[in-house]
Amino acid sequence: MTKKLQNITDKLPPLIALLGFVLIWQLVCFFKIVPSFMLPSPIEVVLAIINDFSTLLHHGKVSLIETLAGLLLGIILAFVMATVMDRFVVLDKAFYPLIIVSQTIPTIAIAPILVLWMGFGMAPKITLVVITTFFPITVGLLEGYKSVDKDSLNLLKAMGADNLQIFYHLKFPRAMPYFFAGLKISASYAVVGAVVSEWLGGFEGLGVYMTRVKKAYSFDKMFAVIIVIVIISLLLMKLVKEIGKMSMPWLNLAKNENVNQK
Amino acid sequence: MILLKAVDISKKYGEKTIIESVNINLKKGETVSLLGVSGAGKTTLLHVLAGISPPDGGKVFLMEEDITKNPGKIAYMMQKDLLLEHKKIIDNVALPLIIKGKSKKEARKEAIKYFKDFGLDNTQYKYPSQLSGGMRQRAALLRTYLSSNKVALLDEPFSALDNITKSAIQKWYLDTIKKIDLSTIFITHDIDEAIYLSDRIYILKGKPATITDEIDLGNLKKDTEKDFNLTEKFLELKKMIISKLV
Repeated sequence: MTKKLQNITDKLPPLIALLGFVLIWQLVCFFKIVPSFMLPSPIEVVLAIINDFSTLLHHGKVSLIETLAGLLLGIILAFVMATVMDRFVVLDKAFYPLIIVSQTIPTIAIAPILVLWMGFGMAPKITLVVITTFFPITVGLLEGYKSVDKDSLNLLKAMGADNLQIFYHLKFPRAMPYFFAGLKISASYAVVGAVVSEWLGGFEGLGVYMTRVKKAYSFDKMFAVIIVIVIISLLLMKLVKEIGKMSMPWLNLAKNENVNQK
Repeated sequence: MILLKAVDISKKYGEKTIIESVNINLKKGETVSLLGVSGAGKTTLLHVLAGISPPDGGKVFLMEEDITKNPGKIAYMMQKDLLLEHKKIIDNVALPLIIKGKSKKEARKEAIKYFKDFGLDNTQYKYPSQLSGGMRQRAALLRTYLSSNKVALLDEPFSALDNITKSAIQKWYLDTIKKIDLSTIFITHDIDEAIYLSDRIYILKGKPATITDEIDLGNLKKDTEKDFNLTEKFLELKKMIISKLV
C-alpha cells in the first residue's frame, strides 16, 4: 500500500510540471502572444495527430524499422568489438581512439555522404543509426568487463575455469548493468539518428514527412511529428528498461523476497 | 597420510623475493593454519598452492600428483565470500561442478544434498544479496567444498565477519569439517583463531618470508573444554606464539 502511495507521489511532480507547461503553451497561443502561424496551440497539434494519424503511422513504422534494425546491428557490433577489445589488449589500444574519433563526426555531416554512397533506401539510415548507437554500448560493455575484480577472477581460475567460462559466468553478467545503461542512451539516439538521416534524402519515414510539411509551413503537423518522435523514443527507452529489469532479476531485490526456481 | 605437500616453494615479484624455500604439508583430516603478520606473503603462498600463480621454484603435490601451476585441483576460498551476485545461491554453490563440465541440472542436484548440513535450508533460490553475512560465508564454504572434497585453502575466511557471528561460525566450521572430512590450510593473522581452529600452526615470517616455526596443537582438547580461550593454557600458548611471530 505504502509502495503504491510512494509511486503516486513520485509521479505527481513531473505530471504537474508537464500539465503546467502545456497549459502555459495553450494560453500563449490563445491570447495570441505568439502568432498562430509560428506556434500552433497544443489543441491544434493534437488535432493534427488525429487527422494525420494514418500518415504518421505509416512513416513512423518506416522510421521505427530503421531505428530497430540499426539498434540491433549496433548492439551486435558493439558486443563483438567490446568483447574482442577486452580479450586482446593490443586491439583495445588500437581501436579505442578510433571509436572516440567516430563520435566526434557530426551525424548531420556524414548523412548526405552515406546517402550518396548507398542511395535513398533504408541502408544509409540504418548505417547512421549503427554509427550513433554502437558507441555508448561499446564503451558501457568495455567498462563493465573492466569492472570485474581480481579476486573473483582468481576464484574462477582456482576452480579451473577457462577464458570462455570466465566470460560466461563472470564477465558478461557483471557487464550487463553497464550494457543496459549504454543501451538506454543508444535507444534515444537511435530514433533521432534515423530521423536526421531521413531529412537528407529518402521517400518514407518521419524525417521525410517532416521536411515535406515544413516546406508547406504546416507547423501544427511538424509539431505532431515531433510529438510522435518523442513518444517513440520514450517507449523505446521504457522497453530497454523493462528488458533490463527482466534480464537482471538480482538487482533491486528485497531481503526476503522469493524468486522463481528456474 | 600426507594429502598435500609443498616442497621448497619460492616466489618473486620482479626482482623482489616474496617467499623462499617454504616447505609445508597437510595430513588427511587435518586443519593447519598459516600464521603471519599482514604483508608476510601468506596470500602469495596460497595462490601458488592453488595453482593460479606459478612459483619461481619448488613444486606442489596432491597425494603423489604434481599439481604445480595446475588450478582446479584444490579448493580455494577467499576473505570475501565472492558469491556472484547474479547467480542464485544454488548456482553459486554448484559453479565449481558446472566448470568441471557437469550440466546445470546435474550440478544443482549434487549441490542440493549439502544444503542442510551447511545450515543453508531454504536459501537455494535466493540471491546472495538476500542472505546475511554468516549465511553467505557458509554458502561460500559449501562452494569451496564442492570444488574439491579433499583439500581446501582458506584465505582469512572469517575476518570480514563481526565477532559474534565469527565465533558462531568458527564453532560451526569445526563441526562441519569433521562431518565432511575436509582437510584445510587456512591463513590468518588472528592468533586466537589459529589456536582455536587448527591442529598445527605454521609461522610465516621474514623478508623474504619462510616457515620459521611449526607448532603442534594436536593433543589439545579444545572443543571439550568449556571457554577454552579463557584458560591459562590458552594464554600461555598465545604468549609463546606472539614471541615467535615478532
